[in-house]
Amino acid sequence: MSRPPREPGLQPERTRLAWRRTTLTQAVGALLLLHTAAEAASAPVWAAACCAALATGVTFVAGRLRRETAPPPRPAMVLTAGLTAATALLCLVPPL
Amino acid sequence: MTRRRRGAGPAAGRAGAGQADEYGAGDADGGVEPDYRFTLANERTFLAWVRTGVSLLAAAVAVRQLVPPFSVPYAREILAAVCALLAFVIAVRAYPHWRRAQSAIRRGGPLPGSRLLPLLAAVLAAVAAFTTVLVWAGGTA
Repeated sequence: MSRPPREPGLQPERTRLAWRRTTLTQAVGALLLLHTAAEAASAPVWAAACCAALATGVTFVAGRLRRETAPPPRPAMVLTAGLTAATALLCLVPPL
Repeated sequence: MTRRRRGAGPAAGRAGAGQADEYGAGDADGGVEPDYRFTLANERTFLAWVRTGVSLLAAAVAVRQLVPPFSVPYAREILAAVCALLAFVIAVRAYPHWRRAQSAIRRGGPLPGSRLLPLLAAVLAAVAAFTTVLVWAGGTA
């Protein structure tokens, strides 16, 4: 079986790397929040930290669900952005 | 440049309309299946917005937790709240923006503008100006 000609712009690779980069950024954000939660020991901060950790997991899975030239299923994309929004909302709760 | 269809490899075996719909191909927006490079570029733009949101959130937490208090009361709290609020707005708008861009690409129409871009620039400029004033004139408490 002959391989298809390589795409000159390496778009699929760039997109795969963009998902990894996003997962990594989410993980760093989640770790920062977990560290804060461990020190502050308040419920809203723990909630934000757990939400961020969940967002990291969802982003990782979404990045795995996508195909070479097609985005992941829409619910995965909605959750990726939605859980980030939820984390931001929880970060607005007073103790943080 | 030749326009390539998405249908290379196993992805070509897209049978029922239901499955196509789930993956945004058989969209209610209609239009034609675009060059997959446009789809990928749009996907990366979505991810870039998500990362911008997450970074702003990290900035908010860092400002609140790591920066020593300024002489201006609630300065850190205000900065953190503004960053977190902007992160929220960006994260909420990321998916609808991707969707609108995707449908514009499918229809071959002009890409929708984004009000997020001027908003992000304006808020970041305000945060930078406020921080500059705090550091130079305010000093730490």
